[in-house]
Amino acid sequence: MTLAVRVIPCLDVDAGRVVKGINFQQLRDAGDPVELARTYDAEGADELTFLDISASHEGRATTMEIVSRTAEEVFIPLTVGGGISSVDDVDRLLRAGADKIAVNTAAIHRPQLVAEIAERFGNQVLVLSVDARRVAEGSSAGTPSGFEVTTHGGRKSAGLDAVEWAARAAELGAGEILLNSMDADGTQDGFDLELIRLVRREVSIPVIASGGAGRVEHFPPAVDAGADAVLAASVFHFGTLRVREVKQALADAGHPVR
Amino acid sequence: MTKKVVVLDYGSGNLRSAVRAVERAGAEVTLTADRQAAQDADGLLVPGVGAFAACMAGLRAVRGHEMIGRRLAGGRPVLGICVGMQILFERGVEHGVETEGCDEWPGVVERLQAPVVPHMGWNTVEVPAGSRLFAGIEDERFYFVHSYGVRDWTLQTNDRTVAPLVTWAEHGGDRFVAAVENGPLTATQFHPEKSGDAGAALLRNWVESL
Repeated sequence: MTLAVRVIPCLDVDAGRVVKGINFQQLRDAGDPVELARTYDAEGADELTFLDISASHEGRATTMEIVSRTAEEVFIPLTVGGGISSVDDVDRLLRAGADKIAVNTAAIHRPQLVAEIAERFGNQVLVLSVDARRVAEGSSAGTPSGFEVTTHGGRKSAGLDAVEWAARAAELGAGEILLNSMDADGTQDGFDLELIRLVRREVSIPVIASGGAGRVEHFPPAVDAGADAVLAASVFHFGTLRVREVKQALADAGHPVR
Repeated sequence: MTKKVVVLDYGSGNLRSAVRAVERAGAEVTLTADRQAAQDADGLLVPGVGAFAACMAGLRAVRGHEMIGRRLAGGRPVLGICVGMQILFERGVEHGVETEGCDEWPGVVERLQAPVVPHMGWNTVEVPAGSRLFAGIEDERFYFVHSYGVRDWTLQTNDRTVAPLVTWAEHGGDRFVAAVENGPLTATQFHPEKSGDAGAALLRNWVESL
Protein backbone atom coordinates (compact mmCIF):
# COMPACT_ATOMS: atom_id res chain seq x y z
CA MET A 1 0.00 0.00 0.00
CA THR A 2 2.59 2.54 -0.98
CA LEU A 3 2.65 4.83 -3.93
CA ALA A 4 5.01 3.57 -6.61
CA VAL A 5 8.02 5.68 -7.59
CA ARG A 6 7.19 7.06 -11.02
CA VAL A 7 9.66 6.65 -13.85
CA ILE A 8 9.06 9.30 -16.49
CA PRO A 9 10.70 9.44 -19.92
CA CYS A 10 10.87 12.95 -21.36
CA LEU A 11 10.72 13.66 -25.09
CA ASP A 12 11.95 16.88 -26.64
CA VAL A 13 9.53 17.68 -29.45
CA ASP A 14 10.25 20.24 -32.17
CA ALA A 15 7.40 20.95 -34.59
CA GLY A 16 5.90 17.54 -33.95
CA ARG A 17 9.13 15.57 -34.27
CA VAL A 18 11.30 14.06 -31.54
CA VAL A 19 14.74 15.57 -31.44
CA LYS A 20 17.87 13.79 -30.19
CA GLY A 21 18.95 10.49 -31.64
CA ILE A 22 17.03 7.35 -30.96
CA ASN A 23 18.06 3.82 -31.64
CA PHE A 24 15.09 1.72 -30.72
CA GLN A 25 15.30 -0.85 -33.46
CA GLN A 26 11.65 -1.77 -33.38
CA LEU A 27 10.53 1.74 -34.26
CA ARG A 28 9.40 2.34 -37.82
CA ASP A 29 9.66 6.07 -37.36
CA ALA A 30 12.02 7.03 -34.57
CA GLY A 31 11.08 10.69 -34.88
CA ASP A 32 7.37 10.15 -34.27
CA PRO A 33 6.52 11.11 -30.67
CA VAL A 34 3.35 9.03 -30.74
CA GLU A 35 5.15 5.86 -31.68
CA LEU A 36 7.85 6.53 -29.11
CA ALA A 37 5.18 7.23 -26.48
CA ARG A 38 3.57 3.88 -27.27
CA THR A 39 6.94 2.16 -26.90
CA TYR A 40 7.65 3.76 -23.53
CA ASP A 41 4.14 2.88 -22.37
CA ALA A 42 4.70 -0.76 -23.37
CA GLU A 43 7.99 -0.73 -21.45
CA GLY A 44 6.23 0.32 -18.27
CA ALA A 45 6.70 4.11 -18.19
CA ASP A 46 4.46 5.57 -15.47
CA GLU A 47 3.96 8.92 -17.17
CA LEU A 48 5.29 10.74 -20.20
CA THR A 49 6.53 14.29 -20.58
CA PHE A 50 6.69 16.17 -23.87
CA LEU A 51 8.86 19.25 -23.86
CA ASP A 52 7.88 21.40 -26.82
CA ILE A 53 10.95 23.24 -28.04
CA SER A 54 9.32 24.57 -31.21
CA ALA A 55 10.34 28.12 -31.93
CA SER A 56 7.41 28.97 -34.17
CA HIS A 57 3.66 29.26 -33.78
CA GLU A 58 3.20 26.65 -36.53
CA GLY A 59 5.57 24.33 -34.73
CA ARG A 60 3.56 24.56 -31.55
CA ALA A 61 0.33 23.93 -33.44
CA THR A 62 1.86 20.73 -34.78
CA THR A 63 2.82 19.69 -31.28
CA MET A 64 -0.80 20.16 -30.27
CA GLU A 65 -1.81 17.56 -32.88
CA ILE A 66 0.84 15.22 -31.51
CA VAL A 67 -0.59 15.65 -28.01
CA SER A 68 -4.04 14.73 -29.31
CA ARG A 69 -2.84 11.66 -31.15
CA THR A 70 -0.87 10.52 -28.12
CA ALA A 71 -3.82 10.99 -25.76
CA GLU A 72 -5.94 8.87 -28.08
CA GLU A 73 -3.51 5.99 -28.09
CA VAL A 74 -1.56 6.01 -24.86
CA PHE A 75 -3.43 5.62 -21.59
CA ILE A 76 -0.94 6.90 -19.06
CA PRO A 77 -0.63 10.52 -17.86
CA LEU A 78 0.91 12.99 -20.27
CA THR A 79 2.58 16.24 -19.21
CA VAL A 80 3.35 18.90 -21.80
CA GLY A 81 5.75 21.76 -21.20
CA GLY A 82 7.49 24.44 -23.21
CA GLY A 83 6.37 27.94 -24.07
CA ILE A 84 3.24 27.96 -21.90
CA SER A 85 2.54 31.50 -20.79
CA SER A 86 -1.20 31.88 -20.26
CA VAL A 87 -4.32 30.22 -18.90
CA ASP A 88 -5.54 29.94 -22.52
CA ASP A 89 -2.43 27.98 -23.48
CA VAL A 90 -3.19 25.56 -20.65
CA ASP A 91 -6.84 25.23 -21.65
CA ARG A 92 -5.89 24.38 -25.25
CA LEU A 93 -3.37 21.74 -24.16
CA LEU A 94 -5.74 20.10 -21.69
CA ARG A 95 -8.49 19.99 -24.29
CA ALA A 96 -6.02 18.51 -26.77
CA GLY A 97 -5.39 15.68 -24.34
CA ALA A 98 -2.63 16.71 -21.93
CA ASP A 99 -3.23 15.78 -18.29
CA LYS A 100 -0.69 18.16 -16.83
CA ILE A 101 1.24 21.12 -18.09
CA ALA A 102 4.68 22.31 -17.02
CA VAL A 103 5.43 26.01 -16.73
CA ASN A 104 8.87 27.49 -16.30
CA THR A 105 10.02 30.89 -17.58
CA ALA A 106 6.58 32.48 -17.78
CA ALA A 107 6.00 31.74 -14.10
CA ILE A 108 9.34 33.34 -13.20
CA HIS A 109 8.34 36.50 -15.05
CA ARG A 110 4.83 36.48 -13.60
CA PRO A 111 4.40 34.22 -10.55
CA GLN A 112 0.69 35.00 -10.46
CA LEU A 113 0.33 32.75 -13.52
CA VAL A 114 0.79 29.78 -11.18
CA ALA A 115 -2.14 30.90 -9.06
CA GLU A 116 -4.29 31.64 -12.10
CA ILE A 117 -3.75 28.19 -13.60
CA ALA A 118 -4.30 26.42 -10.28
CA GLU A 119 -7.48 28.36 -9.61
CA ARG A 120 -8.96 27.55 -13.01
CA PHE A 121 -7.88 23.94 -13.47
CA GLY A 122 -6.79 22.76 -10.03
CA ASN A 123 -3.22 22.42 -8.79
CA GLN A 124 -2.98 18.80 -9.96
CA VAL A 125 -2.53 19.95 -13.58
CA LEU A 126 0.32 22.29 -12.79
CA VAL A 127 3.95 21.21 -12.76
CA LEU A 128 6.45 23.94 -11.96
CA SER A 129 9.65 23.26 -13.84
CA VAL A 130 12.74 24.64 -12.10
CA ASP A 131 16.11 24.75 -13.86
CA ALA A 132 18.41 25.02 -10.84
CA ARG A 133 22.15 25.63 -10.78
CA ARG A 134 24.72 25.82 -8.01
CA VAL A 135 26.03 29.27 -7.28
CA ALA A 136 29.80 29.42 -6.98
CA GLU A 137 30.79 29.86 -3.36
CA GLY A 138 31.69 33.41 -2.47
CA SER A 139 29.96 34.67 -5.61
CA SER A 140 28.24 38.02 -5.29
CA ALA A 141 25.17 36.38 -6.80
CA GLY A 142 24.98 33.97 -3.84
CA THR A 143 21.58 32.62 -2.73
CA PRO A 144 20.61 31.27 0.71
CA SER A 145 20.38 27.67 -0.49
CA GLY A 146 23.42 27.83 -2.75
CA PHE A 147 21.20 27.09 -5.77
CA GLU A 148 19.74 29.63 -8.16
CA VAL A 149 17.02 29.52 -10.80
CA THR A 150 18.17 29.81 -14.40
CA THR A 151 16.47 30.37 -17.74
CA HIS A 152 17.49 29.89 -21.36
CA GLY A 153 18.80 26.38 -20.77
CA GLY A 154 20.94 27.47 -17.84
CA ARG A 155 22.61 30.37 -19.61
CA LYS A 156 20.87 33.14 -17.68
CA SER A 157 20.31 33.63 -13.99
CA ALA A 158 16.77 34.52 -12.95
CA GLY A 159 18.03 36.09 -9.73
CA LEU A 160 15.98 33.73 -7.56
CA ASP A 161 16.93 31.16 -4.96
CA ALA A 162 15.92 27.80 -6.41
CA VAL A 163 14.65 26.32 -3.15
CA GLU A 164 12.74 29.46 -2.19
CA TRP A 165 11.19 29.63 -5.65
CA ALA A 166 10.02 26.02 -5.44
CA ALA A 167 8.46 26.71 -2.03
CA ARG A 168 6.80 29.90 -3.24
CA ALA A 169 5.36 28.18 -6.32
CA ALA A 170 3.98 25.41 -4.11
CA GLU A 171 2.25 28.06 -2.01
CA LEU A 172 0.89 29.76 -5.11
CA GLY A 173 -0.69 26.49 -6.22
CA ALA A 174 1.78 24.33 -8.14
CA GLY A 175 0.90 20.66 -7.79
CA GLU A 176 4.34 19.28 -8.42
CA ILE A 177 7.96 20.40 -8.86
CA LEU A 178 10.03 19.20 -11.80
CA LEU A 179 13.49 19.81 -10.43
CA ASN A 180 16.13 19.87 -13.10
CA SER A 181 19.77 20.23 -12.10
CA MET A 182 21.53 22.24 -14.79
CA ASP A 183 24.89 21.19 -13.32
CA ALA A 184 24.10 17.49 -13.53
CA ASP A 185 22.13 17.68 -16.78
CA GLY A 186 23.99 15.94 -19.56
CA THR A 187 26.82 14.66 -17.34
CA GLN A 188 25.29 11.20 -16.78
CA ASP A 189 27.10 11.26 -13.42
CA GLY A 190 23.97 10.99 -11.30
CA PHE A 191 21.32 13.31 -9.87
CA ASP A 192 22.18 16.31 -7.70
CA LEU A 193 21.13 14.75 -4.40
CA GLU A 194 21.74 17.84 -2.30
CA LEU A 195 19.38 19.87 -4.47
CA ILE A 196 16.68 17.20 -4.15
CA ARG A 197 17.09 17.07 -0.35
CA LEU A 198 16.87 20.84 0.03
CA VAL A 199 13.70 21.15 -2.06
CA ARG A 200 12.11 18.08 -0.45
CA ARG A 201 12.61 19.68 2.95
CA GLU A 202 10.80 22.85 1.91
CA VAL A 203 7.83 21.60 -0.11
CA SER A 204 5.05 19.10 0.59
CA ILE A 205 4.06 18.57 -3.06
CA PRO A 206 5.62 15.80 -5.17
CA VAL A 207 9.15 16.37 -6.47
CA ILE A 208 10.34 14.93 -9.79
CA ALA A 209 14.13 14.63 -9.97
CA SER A 210 15.70 15.36 -13.34
CA GLY A 211 19.17 15.78 -14.75
CA GLY A 212 22.22 13.59 -14.53
CA ALA A 213 20.90 10.05 -14.87
CA GLY A 214 23.43 7.83 -16.60
CA ARG A 215 23.22 4.41 -14.96
CA VAL A 216 20.48 2.46 -13.20
CA GLU A 217 22.24 2.83 -9.86
CA HIS A 218 21.78 6.60 -10.05
CA PHE A 219 18.03 6.34 -9.56
CA PRO A 220 17.58 4.85 -6.03
CA PRO A 221 19.67 7.56 -4.31
CA ALA A 222 17.46 10.24 -5.89
CA VAL A 223 14.44 8.57 -4.27
CA ASP A 224 16.30 8.21 -0.98
CA ALA A 225 17.00 11.96 -1.17
CA GLY A 226 13.25 12.60 -1.36
CA ALA A 227 12.19 12.41 -5.01
CA ASP A 228 8.70 11.02 -5.65
CA ALA A 229 9.45 10.50 -9.33
CA VAL A 230 12.47 10.38 -11.60
CA LEU A 231 12.66 11.80 -15.10
CA ALA A 232 15.23 11.21 -17.80
CA ALA A 233 15.50 11.95 -21.48
CA SER A 234 18.65 10.99 -23.32
CA VAL A 235 19.43 7.72 -21.51
CA PHE A 236 16.03 6.43 -22.58
CA HIS A 237 16.16 7.93 -26.10
CA PHE A 238 19.54 6.48 -26.86
CA GLY A 239 18.56 3.15 -25.40
CA THR A 240 21.40 3.34 -22.84
CA LEU A 241 18.82 2.42 -20.19
CA ARG A 242 15.40 0.87 -20.45
CA VAL A 243 12.49 1.85 -18.25
CA ARG A 244 12.21 -1.72 -16.97
CA GLU A 245 15.86 -1.77 -15.88
CA VAL A 246 15.43 1.44 -13.93
CA LYS A 247 12.36 0.04 -12.23
CA GLN A 248 14.18 -3.16 -11.38
CA ALA A 249 17.02 -1.17 -9.81
CA LEU A 250 14.51 0.82 -7.77
CA ALA A 251 12.72 -2.36 -6.68
CA ASP A 252 16.03 -3.99 -5.73
CA ALA A 253 16.77 -0.97 -3.54
CA GLY A 254 13.45 -1.48 -1.75
CA HIS A 255 11.40 1.21 -3.50
CA PRO A 256 7.89 0.30 -4.68
CA VAL A 257 7.40 0.36 -8.45
CA ARG A 258 4.54 -0.49 -10.72
CA MET B 1 -25.21 -5.06 -29.09
CA THR B 2 -22.67 -2.28 -28.64
CA LYS B 3 -23.33 -0.34 -25.46
CA LYS B 4 -23.80 3.41 -25.75
CA VAL B 5 -22.00 5.63 -23.26
CA VAL B 6 -22.24 9.39 -22.87
CA VAL B 7 -19.26 11.19 -21.37
CA LEU B 8 -20.76 14.28 -19.77
CA ASP B 9 -19.14 17.42 -21.18
CA TYR B 10 -19.47 20.11 -18.55
CA GLY B 11 -16.19 21.97 -18.40
CA SER B 12 -12.60 22.06 -19.44
CA GLY B 13 -9.91 19.47 -18.94
CA ASN B 14 -8.78 16.35 -20.70
CA LEU B 15 -11.93 14.54 -21.81
CA ARG B 16 -10.36 13.04 -24.92
CA SER B 17 -8.63 10.32 -22.93
CA ALA B 18 -11.87 9.36 -21.18
CA VAL B 19 -13.72 9.12 -24.48
CA ARG B 20 -11.02 7.04 -26.13
CA ALA B 21 -10.55 4.77 -23.13
CA VAL B 22 -14.26 3.91 -22.98
CA GLU B 23 -14.30 3.35 -26.75
CA ARG B 24 -11.41 0.97 -26.28
CA ALA B 25 -13.49 -0.81 -23.64
CA GLY B 26 -15.98 -1.64 -26.39
CA ALA B 27 -18.61 1.09 -26.11
CA GLU B 28 -19.90 3.64 -28.57
CA VAL B 29 -19.11 6.98 -26.93
CA THR B 30 -20.59 10.46 -27.30
CA LEU B 31 -19.13 13.52 -25.59
CA THR B 32 -22.04 15.84 -24.86
CA ALA B 33 -24.05 17.69 -22.25
CA ASP B 34 -27.34 16.99 -24.06
CA ARG B 35 -29.97 15.88 -21.55
CA GLN B 36 -31.78 13.49 -23.82
CA ALA B 37 -28.56 11.81 -24.95
CA ALA B 38 -27.44 11.51 -21.33
CA GLN B 39 -30.80 10.02 -20.43
CA ASP B 40 -30.90 7.53 -23.31
CA ALA B 41 -27.37 6.18 -23.02
CA ASP B 42 -26.71 2.75 -21.51
CA GLY B 43 -24.10 4.37 -19.28
CA LEU B 44 -23.31 7.93 -18.22
CA LEU B 45 -19.71 8.75 -17.36
CA VAL B 46 -19.19 11.84 -15.20
CA PRO B 47 -15.56 12.96 -15.37
CA GLY B 48 -14.12 15.77 -13.29
CA VAL B 49 -10.83 17.42 -12.48
CA GLY B 50 -9.89 20.46 -10.43
CA ALA B 51 -11.83 21.96 -7.58
CA PHE B 52 -15.01 20.49 -6.10
CA ALA B 53 -16.78 23.87 -6.12
CA ALA B 54 -15.86 24.58 -9.75
CA CYS B 55 -16.94 21.11 -10.87
CA MET B 56 -20.23 21.35 -9.02
CA ALA B 57 -20.89 24.76 -10.58
CA GLY B 58 -20.12 23.35 -14.05
CA LEU B 59 -22.34 20.34 -13.39
CA ARG B 60 -25.26 22.49 -12.23
CA ALA B 61 -24.86 24.77 -15.26
CA VAL B 62 -25.73 21.83 -17.54
CA ARG B 63 -28.14 20.40 -14.92
CA GLY B 64 -25.93 17.38 -14.69
CA HIS B 65 -26.97 16.72 -11.09
CA GLU B 66 -30.55 16.20 -12.35
CA MET B 67 -29.39 13.87 -15.12
CA ILE B 68 -27.55 11.77 -12.55
CA GLY B 69 -30.53 11.72 -10.18
CA ARG B 70 -33.03 10.76 -12.89
CA ARG B 71 -30.84 7.99 -14.24
CA LEU B 72 -30.35 6.53 -10.79
CA ALA B 73 -34.07 6.71 -10.06
CA GLY B 74 -34.53 4.44 -13.07
CA GLY B 75 -31.68 2.14 -12.09
CA ARG B 76 -29.59 3.37 -15.03
CA PRO B 77 -25.80 3.13 -14.64
CA VAL B 78 -23.62 6.15 -13.83
CA LEU B 79 -19.83 6.15 -13.39
CA GLY B 80 -18.11 9.06 -11.65
CA ILE B 81 -14.36 9.50 -12.01
CA CYS B 82 -12.06 11.51 -9.70
CA VAL B 83 -13.88 14.77 -8.86
CA GLY B 84 -16.77 13.13 -10.74
CA MET B 85 -16.83 10.69 -7.81
CA GLN B 86 -16.34 13.34 -5.15
CA ILE B 87 -19.34 15.43 -6.25
CA LEU B 88 -21.59 12.40 -5.68
CA PHE B 89 -21.07 12.86 -1.93
CA GLU B 90 -22.96 15.18 0.39
CA ARG B 91 -20.48 18.03 0.37
CA GLY B 92 -16.92 19.15 -0.21
CA VAL B 93 -14.77 21.37 1.98
CA GLU B 94 -12.00 23.38 0.34
CA HIS B 95 -10.06 26.09 2.18
CA GLY B 96 -12.77 26.12 4.85
CA VAL B 97 -15.56 26.70 2.33
CA GLU B 98 -18.31 24.11 2.09
CA THR B 99 -19.95 23.25 -1.23
CA GLU B 100 -23.03 21.10 -1.54
CA GLY B 101 -22.60 18.00 -3.69
CA CYS B 102 -25.15 15.69 -5.35
CA ASP B 103 -25.73 13.92 -2.01
CA GLU B 104 -26.14 10.45 -3.49
CA TRP B 105 -24.01 9.28 -0.55
CA PRO B 106 -23.43 10.81 2.86
CA GLY B 107 -19.89 11.92 3.52
CA VAL B 108 -17.54 14.83 3.22
CA VAL B 109 -14.78 15.37 0.68
CA GLU B 110 -11.92 16.93 2.62
CA ARG B 111 -8.21 17.57 2.29
CA LEU B 112 -5.95 14.54 2.57
CA GLN B 113 -3.72 14.41 5.63
CA ALA B 114 -0.41 13.12 4.28
CA PRO B 115 3.15 14.45 4.17
CA VAL B 116 3.05 14.80 0.38
CA VAL B 117 -0.15 16.08 -1.27
CA PRO B 118 -1.45 15.81 -4.02
CA HIS B 119 -1.57 12.02 -3.85
CA MET B 120 -0.11 11.60 -7.33
CA GLY B 121 0.83 8.36 -9.00
CA TRP B 122 0.16 4.64 -9.13
CA ASN B 123 -1.19 3.06 -5.97
CA THR B 124 -2.62 -0.26 -4.91
CA VAL B 125 -6.19 -0.59 -3.61
CA GLU B 126 -8.00 -2.80 -1.08
CA VAL B 127 -10.82 -4.42 -3.02
CA PRO B 128 -13.70 -6.03 -1.09
CA ALA B 129 -14.81 -9.57 -1.91
CA GLY B 130 -17.40 -9.80 -4.65
CA SER B 131 -16.32 -6.74 -6.60
CA ARG B 132 -17.39 -6.91 -10.20
CA LEU B 133 -15.64 -3.68 -11.16
CA PHE B 134 -12.24 -5.00 -10.09
CA ALA B 135 -12.74 -8.59 -11.28
CA GLY B 136 -9.36 -9.89 -12.42
CA ILE B 137 -7.47 -6.70 -11.51
CA GLU B 138 -7.67 -6.72 -7.71
CA ASP B 139 -3.88 -6.54 -7.29
CA GLU B 140 -3.13 -3.93 -9.93
CA ARG B 141 -2.04 -0.34 -9.38
CA PHE B 142 -4.20 2.57 -10.56
CA TYR B 143 -3.33 6.20 -11.29
CA PHE B 144 -4.47 8.71 -8.69
CA VAL B 145 -4.11 12.48 -8.70
CA HIS B 146 -6.05 14.34 -6.02
CA SER B 147 -5.62 16.42 -2.88
CA TYR B 148 -9.04 15.72 -1.40
CA GLY B 149 -10.85 12.53 -0.56
CA VAL B 150 -13.59 10.82 1.43
CA ARG B 151 -12.07 9.49 4.62
CA ASP B 152 -15.21 8.18 6.31
CA TRP B 153 -17.82 5.99 4.67
CA THR B 154 -20.95 6.57 6.73
CA LEU B 155 -23.81 5.15 4.69
CA GLN B 156 -25.95 2.98 6.96
CA THR B 157 -27.51 -0.15 5.55
CA ASN B 158 -29.70 -2.77 7.14
CA ASP B 159 -30.57 -6.37 6.37
CA ARG B 160 -33.11 -5.31 3.74
CA THR B 161 -30.63 -3.24 1.70
CA VAL B 162 -27.53 -4.29 -0.14
CA ALA B 163 -24.43 -2.67 1.31
CA PRO B 164 -22.32 -0.93 -1.35
CA LEU B 165 -18.86 -2.35 -2.03
CA VAL B 166 -16.25 0.17 -0.97
CA THR B 167 -12.65 -0.05 -2.15
CA TRP B 168 -10.01 1.82 -0.14
CA ALA B 169 -6.58 3.28 -0.80
CA GLU B 170 -3.90 4.61 1.53
CA HIS B 171 -1.31 7.34 1.12
CA GLY B 172 1.11 8.68 3.69
CA GLY B 173 -0.88 7.18 6.55
CA ASP B 174 -4.22 8.55 5.38
CA ARG B 175 -6.95 6.19 4.20
CA PHE B 176 -9.71 7.15 1.81
CA VAL B 177 -12.36 5.80 -0.57
CA ALA B 178 -10.83 4.65 -3.87
CA ALA B 179 -14.00 3.27 -5.44
CA VAL B 180 -17.66 2.53 -4.71
CA GLU B 181 -19.99 0.01 -6.34
CA ASN B 182 -23.55 0.75 -5.33
CA GLY B 183 -26.15 -0.77 -7.67
CA PRO B 184 -26.28 1.45 -10.78
CA LEU B 185 -23.92 4.01 -9.23
CA THR B 186 -20.20 3.33 -9.58
CA ALA B 187 -17.31 5.68 -8.89
CA THR B 188 -13.54 5.74 -8.73
CA GLN B 189 -11.25 8.29 -7.12
CA PHE B 190 -8.44 7.23 -9.47
CA HIS B 191 -8.39 7.69 -13.23
CA PRO B 192 -9.08 4.39 -15.02
CA GLU B 193 -8.67 6.19 -18.35
CA LYS B 194 -5.07 6.95 -17.30
CA SER B 195 -4.33 3.64 -15.62
CA GLY B 196 -2.98 1.72 -18.60
CA ASP B 197 -4.08 -1.89 -19.03
CA ALA B 198 -5.50 -2.15 -15.50
CA GLY B 199 -7.71 0.86 -16.12
CA ALA B 200 -8.79 -0.55 -19.48
CA ALA B 201 -9.83 -3.79 -17.78
CA LEU B 202 -11.83 -1.87 -15.18
CA LEU B 203 -13.65 0.13 -17.85
CA ARG B 204 -14.37 -3.09 -19.75
CA ASN B 205 -15.84 -4.55 -16.56
CA TRP B 206 -18.08 -1.51 -16.26
CA VAL B 207 -19.13 -1.43 -19.92
CA GLU B 208 -19.91 -5.15 -19.82
CA SER B 209 -22.15 -4.59 -16.79
CA LEU B 210 -24.31 -2.04 -18.66
